[in-house]
Amino acid sequence: MFNNKVYHKIDALSGSIATLRAEGVKYNEIAEIESRAGTSLAQVIKLDGPNVTLQIFAGARGVDTAAKVRFIGETMKVPFSEALLGRAFTGSGVPRDGGPAITEDPSPIGQPSVNPAKRIMPHQMVRTNIPMIDLFNTLVKSQKLPIFAKAGEPYNELLARIALQADSDVIVIGGMGLKYDEYLKLRNTLDKSGALAKTVMFVHTAADPTVECKLVPDVSLAVAEKFALKGKDVLVLLTDMTSFADAMKEIAITMEQIPSNRGYPGDLYSQLASRYEKAVDFDGAGSITILAVTTMPGGDVTHPVPDNTGYITEGQFYLSNGRIEPFGSLSRLKQQVNKNTREDHRTIMDAMIKLYSQYKETVEKQSMGFKMSAWDQKLLKYGAAFEKNMMDLSVNISLEDALDLGWKILADNFEKGEVGIPSKLADKFWPKA
Amino acid sequence: MTTKGKIVAVNGNMITVAFDAAVAQNEVGYAVLGDMRLMAEIVRVRGTRCDMQVFEATTDLMVDDTVEFTGELLAAELGPGMLAQVYDGLQNPLAGLAKEAAKISKDAEYFLQRGMYLPGLPRDVKWDFHPTAKVGDKVVAGEGVGWVTEGIFDNKTMPGHKIMVPFALKGAYTIKDLAPAGDYTVTDDIATLVSPDGKEVKMQMMQRWPVKVPIKCFVERLEPTETLETTVRTIDTFFPVAVGGTYCIPGPFGAGKTVLQQTTAKYAKVDIVISAACGERAGEVVETLKEFPEIKDPKTGQSLMKRTIIICNTSSMPVASREASVYTAVTLAEYFRQMGLNVLVLPDSTSRWGQAMRELSGRLEEIPGEEAFPAYLESRIAAFYERAGRVRLKDGSFGSVTIGGTVSPAGGNFDEPVTQATLKVVGGFHGLSRARSDARRYPAIDPLDSWSHYNSVIEQDKVEKARAVLKKGNEIGQMMKVVGEEGTSLADFTTYLKAEFLDAVYLQQNAFSDSDATTPVERQMVIFAMVEKALASEYNIDTKEDTRRFFLDLQQTFIDWNDKPFRSEEFNALEAELEKKIKEAGNVQ
Repeated sequence: MFNNKVYHKIDALSGSIATLRAEGVKYNEIAEIESRAGTSLAQVIKLDGPNVTLQIFAGARGVDTAAKVRFIGETMKVPFSEALLGRAFTGSGVPRDGGPAITEDPSPIGQPSVNPAKRIMPHQMVRTNIPMIDLFNTLVKSQKLPIFAKAGEPYNELLARIALQADSDVIVIGGMGLKYDEYLKLRNTLDKSGALAKTVMFVHTAADPTVECKLVPDVSLAVAEKFALKGKDVLVLLTDMTSFADAMKEIAITMEQIPSNRGYPGDLYSQLASRYEKAVDFDGAGSITILAVTTMPGGDVTHPVPDNTGYITEGQFYLSNGRIEPFGSLSRLKQQVNKNTREDHRTIMDAMIKLYSQYKETVEKQSMGFKMSAWDQKLLKYGAAFEKNMMDLSVNISLEDALDLGWKILADNFEKGEVGIPSKLADKFWPKA
Repeated sequence: MTTKGKIVAVNGNMITVAFDAAVAQNEVGYAVLGDMRLMAEIVRVRGTRCDMQVFEATTDLMVDDTVEFTGELLAAELGPGMLAQVYDGLQNPLAGLAKEAAKISKDAEYFLQRGMYLPGLPRDVKWDFHPTAKVGDKVVAGEGVGWVTEGIFDNKTMPGHKIMVPFALKGAYTIKDLAPAGDYTVTDDIATLVSPDGKEVKMQMMQRWPVKVPIKCFVERLEPTETLETTVRTIDTFFPVAVGGTYCIPGPFGAGKTVLQQTTAKYAKVDIVISAACGERAGEVVETLKEFPEIKDPKTGQSLMKRTIIICNTSSMPVASREASVYTAVTLAEYFRQMGLNVLVLPDSTSRWGQAMRELSGRLEEIPGEEAFPAYLESRIAAFYERAGRVRLKDGSFGSVTIGGTVSPAGGNFDEPVTQATLKVVGGFHGLSRARSDARRYPAIDPLDSWSHYNSVIEQDKVEKARAVLKKGNEIGQMMKVVGEEGTSLADFTTYLKAEFLDAVYLQQNAFSDSDATTPVERQMVIFAMVEKALASEYNIDTKEDTRRFFLDLQQTFIDWNDKPFRSEEFNALEAELEKKIKEAGNVQ
């Protein structure tokens, strides 16, 4: 086969892109490049007559024009086996934890889209024991939801907590542009709690080649899909999708593509969507739920990455000042499940948020020096209790306990008739003095 | 003998092909990959090479692979069997694809398999053909020769599904043979037509039509003057849509574009709704699929799904067929229009289509326009919306296509190219605002920014009066933020409350409440008259606090009233109560 022919002459090198003349090359196939810099995989990203353009996973630094290039005739694949659980790999699937390489059942990444006719309506709650999620913006199995946060917010801590506490069979973590110590911290947290045993990690750290960053979501989701098809409920945690978009931007610019908005390629929306749309509840098999951190450069939600993400996902969590903000955060699918949890769920959710928004107005009035009425005083007390006992990320209670706590906070601060709850429910749940 | 070509370059979903015989712009060809054939469309020709966008992933294609051209443009299949279908952008039935894929393996069933295509119309179903024309009749393109029953086309509440002379035929043809009443498939010959110069044409119930070419078998286009009843109050009264008109719904994410479109799809008074999910979430399509079969269409009494066709090319499906999906949707709509029906096309969202054009344009290395969108973005959008219209057909009946597209502007900023290009060509603008959706004021159509050129269901001068109250109230509201309630006069404060009242009881509508979700025109007239009274009245209330209390109370009663079935006992009782409250508090002018 001419496929095994080895090429020795690279014509052009730029960024992580190499161009050479070769024959019989398939679009998207993988090549092996052996050079002074070592051996790396590369993917064919353009064919133009005899010219083949390669994207080198390890970057082009140190790759010489006489490097050996061998095309392997296959597209990018990721191994799949139960042995993946508890392990950590790089974006191109190389073990990063010192364990043995896994080669079983290699499956192609970036497979076709799920047929919409074979999806089922999301209907099952994912319990996280975080009241701001379970009670106010319930996460639903097969949902795709980003966590919008400014740099510096404890989003990885939040992800780790969700990973530890959410009811799922398998967790796949895709790290992009992580600092090395963040990766270690994440891994150690999971290890200590024993959750590592059901976790696969694909991690690109900030020091790794850009191209590997771009591979992380595909590799993570390909593995997740395999588990889901075997009937597992898989939770995929991606952090940080803005790094992924930036990697795409870097590569697109190197390829001299025309940028559309703030340097991002024109297909940013489609690229993000094809990853997020992997979230699915298979009719007759498992499911994939995606939670993805999207940092907002400058805290700007109209930045192209969070903006495009918002159009794709089913709501968003805003993480600000270390808390999930009740305003702006939205789970579009919560209506599908919160009618079947406990009869007071929706009522408590609405009543507490309405009062909290009144509290916010009162705080504003207070800061402007207006006189505080008796009602204002009540709201101030309520707001403080709500923030401390409900919003704080360290609160770790079940939905039922959170609902009971909600009633208690209301009863501690208000009279039964003041909170706008229909008397039928209030009579049943209002705590007796 | 079809033209063949060889691939010379592959870049993303675009291939460059060298060919040796004639090809046409927008001609369809298939790239041959082993035993798979990948559909592609010519988008540019230069010398002996053409660029083609492939409707599938191009993985594994090689230089020198064969491309077979078909000599045809991208076409839709038109005929019985389209209603209640869920198609992808290329008119492949999704349920059929799943069934076909299941033959490969159990897991394969879940996915859209590359290179798998199925006919848009089922080939094995037999339809009961009833001829209406006679042998010897002279017929022209678009004229009926008979009908079949299909779903809502039961020939009782609705006429049968009309079988029409192919739209592509030019001049008057004579019917030489016509099949007798009986059961036929869409590909069986049902008639032989003879052209003026003696050529014979066999006619089937199915015809093919290139999706990017408008169907023009009508006598004239008419001005869209009749209001299309959507039963959404703020639309019908303040920002109406016309039968055969166009409108757009731009809005930031989370402002409720899709819910508004779904509400319209459910309740709009039209014969057929074609929903084109273009580059949006698959989950929303699943909701429609689940919900629509359960809802009854008030007109036919049958399931709503039976008047609906869904073209579903969600965001993760190939980008090139996303572009095709909006054209497929409008072509299907034009077909039903030819039968004298009113059809509503709802593309969600046209921004994704614009982005598909941008992606392709980038690959073609065309000189970019604003925000890298191609220079022809505006003309493509304009030409698309121009396919809407109300027409008089050759048999004297009227049909229409109404188009209402959503737009998803980047950052919610309406200054971007797709929104602006759309605003130039539509007759109605329903701008959704983040401020309204944050305040949970749904539908979040901004009452001050939005506009419409069409006729309201309420008399225009009354609408203008109400609009003036909204505008004034908003100005006072802005002022109050600076000077506080104390610095506002009682008269101004009352106007402010009137505007808030109008907003709360009329503009806002609960899409999830049974009674409130849909307000037919008859009811709109009754409740608008009540709103009018409340707005026109001067009130003898002395303090701001009492005025606020009065309006909150009035508002509460009004919202209860909105929730009651029209002309039920409770409805009438609350109506009387509202009259009394307004009368007692003031002097109705």
